[in-house]
Amino acid sequence: MSTAITLQESQAHAGAHAAHAHHHEPFITKYIFSQDHKMISKQFVITGIIWAIIGGFFSVVFRLQLGFPESTFPWLEDIFGHWAAGGKLHPEFYYALVTMHGTVLVFFVLTAGLSGTFANFLIPLQIGARDMASPMLNMLSYWFFFLASVIMLSSLFVQTGPASGGWTVYPPLSALGEASEGSKTGMDLWLISMATFIISSLLGGLNYITTILNMRTKGMSMTRMPLTIWGLFFTAVLGVLAFPVLFSGVILLIFDRNLGTSFFLSDIVVAGKILPNEGGSAILFQHLFWFLGHPEVYIILLPAMGIASEIISVNSRKPIFGYMAMVGSLFAICILAFLVWAHHMFVTGMNPFAGAVFVLLTLLIAVPSSIKVFNWLTTLWRGNIRFTPAMLFAIGFVSLFISGGLTGIYLGNSSLDIHLHDTYFNIAHFHLVMGVASFFGMFAGLYHWFPKMFGRYMNNTLAYVHFWITLVGAYLIFWPMHYEGLAGMPRRYYDFANWESFKMFGGLNEFISVVAIIVFITQLLFVVNFFYSMFKGRKVTSTNPWGATTLEWTTPINPGHGNWEGEIPEVHRWPYDYSKDGRDYIPQTEAVGENESVH
Amino acid sequence: MTAFFLIAICVILFVVIFQISKASEYVSVLKGEEASRKQNNKINGFLMISFLILGLIGVWYCNHLFYGKTLLPQGSASVEGESIDTLLMVTIAITGLAFFITQILLFWFSFRYQEKEGKKAFYYPHNNKLEILWTTVPAITFMILVVFGLRLWFKLTGEPPKNAHVVEITGHQFGWDMRYPGKDNVLGKKNYKLYNNPSGNTLGVDFNDPASHDDIRTSEMHLPVGVPVKLVINSMDVIHDVGLNHFRLKMDAVPGIPTTLWFTPKYTTKQMQKRTGNPNFVYEISCDQMCGKGHFTMRGVIVVETKEEYKRWLAAQKSEYSTLMAQNATTPTAIENSIQVTKSETATKAIAKLEAKN
Repeated sequence: MSTAITLQESQAHAGAHAAHAHHHEPFITKYIFSQDHKMISKQFVITGIIWAIIGGFFSVVFRLQLGFPESTFPWLEDIFGHWAAGGKLHPEFYYALVTMHGTVLVFFVLTAGLSGTFANFLIPLQIGARDMASPMLNMLSYWFFFLASVIMLSSLFVQTGPASGGWTVYPPLSALGEASEGSKTGMDLWLISMATFIISSLLGGLNYITTILNMRTKGMSMTRMPLTIWGLFFTAVLGVLAFPVLFSGVILLIFDRNLGTSFFLSDIVVAGKILPNEGGSAILFQHLFWFLGHPEVYIILLPAMGIASEIISVNSRKPIFGYMAMVGSLFAICILAFLVWAHHMFVTGMNPFAGAVFVLLTLLIAVPSSIKVFNWLTTLWRGNIRFTPAMLFAIGFVSLFISGGLTGIYLGNSSLDIHLHDTYFNIAHFHLVMGVASFFGMFAGLYHWFPKMFGRYMNNTLAYVHFWITLVGAYLIFWPMHYEGLAGMPRRYYDFANWESFKMFGGLNEFISVVAIIVFITQLLFVVNFFYSMFKGRKVTSTNPWGATTLEWTTPINPGHGNWEGEIPEVHRWPYDYSKDGRDYIPQTEAVGENESVH
Repeated sequence: MTAFFLIAICVILFVVIFQISKASEYVSVLKGEEASRKQNNKINGFLMISFLILGLIGVWYCNHLFYGKTLLPQGSASVEGESIDTLLMVTIAITGLAFFITQILLFWFSFRYQEKEGKKAFYYPHNNKLEILWTTVPAITFMILVVFGLRLWFKLTGEPPKNAHVVEITGHQFGWDMRYPGKDNVLGKKNYKLYNNPSGNTLGVDFNDPASHDDIRTSEMHLPVGVPVKLVINSMDVIHDVGLNHFRLKMDAVPGIPTTLWFTPKYTTKQMQKRTGNPNFVYEISCDQMCGKGHFTMRGVIVVETKEEYKRWLAAQKSEYSTLMAQNATTPTAIENSIQVTKSETATKAIAKLEAKN
């Protein structure tokens, strides 16, 4: 307890100091090597947006190949040189694009871009702290991420191309330069970049956990925290416990590639060469990878769940239904997330009994997920719903989470997975449930907290156009893919022309590609809106534009380093007192009345 | 030229949308923010219900267009796959019901409870009975699916019936090789270090093992209809996957760790051609695990035929041993050397020897 108090006191001191000093802060410490959590979160979001454009563009390029396998696109040669000689993607480079699309979007956008942005921005503001527990580590977390980004980006420019073994980088393919061009220098850079990324993620995660546990303002008990904070808290716990396992996998793979060890290699003849490696297991890497890889799915999803819960409650003008059940289900997901990783490996020849255990645990994790869905629905029921852009994206998140989540019940049941594994059914499943859904959570969060971040509003009309095209487009792209999957159409194929079983989907592939291009261009509307509104948007005139109860709306419109000008406010109630006792909302800072019932 | 026009149209559309949006911002200021917010709310509420209705029609239309192209109407080509199809249909029914209920509620609530003048939201923070209801109902439903799923899983991954015959399938970048055990019903031993490309022993078969002498090697898999087959799956280099979409099964091919898979073909290729109405129908083996730049070309073919046809085909095949011996008669050293390499030798020696020879 004493540590908590000292920390808070020192923070209060630092905050007061910063509030005096921030007027004449030099450019470098204010915008580049900033230790202000708000600036770091902006750095994360802008880097995330740049990566999202790159990763999205890659998907457009490989969708061109899938949709129009007969055509050539000369402009591709201008961009990619010999990798697209004559305007036709080389298969090796097609696989590199697929790999980079997955890596970039899963790790750099939906992990760093999502929890990096919102954990940094919201944790101190919503729990009532002047900054993170360690602003220095926080700054390092961003700069390690930046370094990882630079290394990953540089791998696009090496002679043999970037990694091309899929974002899961299964050895032996990823371990042997002879097996694939992308497994040469590109793969080394991928591994180094990922190791750096993991350091960034760990520094961030430790900081988030410490801050949430120790630096809550007076009266902010754990059960009075907004669900965004709960989501970010469990995300950080997952990351801190799971990322080190991938780290070990990455390091062992670096050893196998460069030092002649045999952790993952055994009995291999590649390119006519008999390798001396014996006794390793290629499956071991999959265990190490998915021990992170599955929690990773929830690292991506939980922040989006938290954001959606908060925004749905604020804009329905109703308390979130079943707060404790929401926290409990987040907790259950956090625990179960560690116990389901091998459902990605049902067809590796694993012990059937182990497989059975993973089936059981996998379908168990669907229970907390359904609790959350029904609670969101009940929150909407008899609300007074305001369709702000953020609210639309939160509703879209719920819709996509349902659609993508239900197909998880097919893939988690090993007897069905043995048919559907690695088909387009799987692509449709995870893109809906963790890809697009988390993107919707991220958009919702950005539209909602943009006024707090920049003191201006984003353009509503652009946001509405952005939402409706993206929602319809997401369904048009991924819904028909279920049918391709039910025909057994395998993922990661460059061309289906020679396959009697799959070639009848040519027309559908073309349709999906066209929609994907439209949706990608629509995302640029968001990007334009974001950067335009940052400088030219309508100015925020009241401190609490959405009429929300949480603490971030008690700060000034443009909070300085230290967040509150005077004392940090004290908290007296939970954050969801909307439409209670005839009042639209009651801020968390207001004391509980004498005759007032507590939820 | 068309590309230029497409880009031009995109840019113009982009600018137009942007300008309209900017203008609408000014309009909202003129009209009063409150009034324009209410108007936006109405429009979006209407779009919510429209999306629901059009979406439901879309789901039906998509099914109408593509159901016929899935594997479900033609039925499973393996006996075991039929149970998979049944479980799949049950799962589709259950999740379909959940899908329609939740999506309809979501968009209906959004439309029905949009903000209205003078209306207050209903303060309703929790209800434990409801929570228990929607914890137990999904939990029970999932457990039923688990029970049926696991019963099937143990059957699929369990021991094949006694009368099953064995075929070995080995993946390499980028193709498949099959090996049949011959008259003795035993596959000869293999050791990857015996791999020898010039001699043709690319599977690394140990010809010191007499059991290997009658083994048959083919590039196409032939199977008799109605007889269970056990596939022994290997890989020479990276991880591949034997994907048998018509039989509803797949299994990884992992270097160093053999895997198995068994099933009973139900229809011959010719019967399937009739069932699907496609005279070009053929059972395909697709590689379903990313294996390098030729992944999408890694196609194998299975011919399912009547028992008589199968016997005739098998009888016409020569053993790998005899083929290789005949091939290498002019240069006898290659195969003899490869025979002499035994397991006891260290890897480096074996490689040095092979390299020296090459």
